[in-house]
Amino acid sequence: MAEQFTISFEGSVENFSCPKYARVLFAMEKQGLSHIPVGCRGGGCGTCRVIVTQGRYRTRKMSRVHVSEDQKRAGYVLACRLIPESDLLLRLAGDGPGV
Amino acid sequence: MALTGVLRAGFVQIRVLEMDEALPHYEGRIGLDLVEKCEDGRVYLKGYDEFDHHSIILREADAPGVDLMAFKVAAESDLDSFEKRVTDYGVAVDHVAAGEQPGVGRRIGFTLPTGHRIELYAEMARSENGPFTDNPDIWRDEPRGMRALGFDHCLMYGPNVAEVLRFFTEALDFSLVEKVQTPDGPIAVWLTSSTKSHEIAFVEHAEPGKFHHVSFLLESWNDVGHAADIISRYDISRDVGPTRHGITRGQTVYFFDPSGNRNEVFSGGYSYFPDHPTRVWTPDQLGKGIFYYEKELNDRFLGVVT
Repeated sequence: MAEQFTISFEGSVENFSCPKYARVLFAMEKQGLSHIPVGCRGGGCGTCRVIVTQGRYRTRKMSRVHVSEDQKRAGYVLACRLIPESDLLLRLAGDGPGV
Repeated sequence: MALTGVLRAGFVQIRVLEMDEALPHYEGRIGLDLVEKCEDGRVYLKGYDEFDHHSIILREADAPGVDLMAFKVAAESDLDSFEKRVTDYGVAVDHVAAGEQPGVGRRIGFTLPTGHRIELYAEMARSENGPFTDNPDIWRDEPRGMRALGFDHCLMYGPNVAEVLRFFTEALDFSLVEKVQTPDGPIAVWLTSSTKSHEIAFVEHAEPGKFHHVSFLLESWNDVGHAADIISRYDISRDVGPTRHGITRGQTVYFFDPSGNRNEVFSGGYSYFPDHPTRVWTPDQLGKGIFYYEKELNDRFLGVVT
């Protein structure tokens, strides 16, 4: 089984696990959870935007419309493009419908 | 020739985030044929049942969405007459030289009040891989993936839909096939230049230039089910369906490409002729209009655009 990281949320005791190399939003959906709102799942719509406040990560390319270069430096990411490299602490920062 | 002026939706140029994710989706899963990759990075594709050189262009960019949609007109002289009519209407026209896309003749372009760029062209080279014409077999090689026949239409989101309706009907001779009407005017319109139920559609939306979906034609309701099987098997991001539209009556499934652009594959729907009346929906019945079985909309379908 792949190494697992714990994805937690500020101000909440809830968390879920995400395998190394998996994308956080997909790991959440596979466990039937709904902590983060789900939009296009492709980095395009901003619905699943979060701020990573603790932890190491990388991302696939995300729409510049929803994560500017400045926002990226401030930890804004789209959870559907977010790949953890340690446990992560997140804050919801959605930028789309259903948020 | 009875069909004159604008013939049909011809091609759409779509922005994708990462080509190495996008191309396997459009080629392998939807089943389009790769035509060519050009030096500027754009990738050209077509459906197996399309005669012209290409219908889908993918361009890698920092944000997904739609660059432009182009309609094919019947004759070179139509470009001049539409340039005059669009200019007289009060919309500025610009020119794109022949060869800006491989195999495509000169184009005229303009920006709609919804923020979308539309182009017209008369000439496109025939594909060397198009449908047979002599005692024709039904295809050259058995169709792949979702077995898309070709590009069918787009739905755009933006402001000033009532104005765009007037422009398409008065300047480009399109017909209004269906609409959603409020006391303040139409908030959604389905427009055609042919006997298809729609070549392009618009929904009122505050932000200009947004892209709701690109749609590909399938042969049958069974193929819509086969497409849904592919969506589940390969963990493609599904949006809605399989289901059926009240509006246009198409049988459909919606999903997203790997950059978050919405795709539709559909079959069926009725044929439209210019003597037909416009079908009108009221906003309280819109759920049934969009999803005839569920009779309700969802926030993602209404709001998620690129």
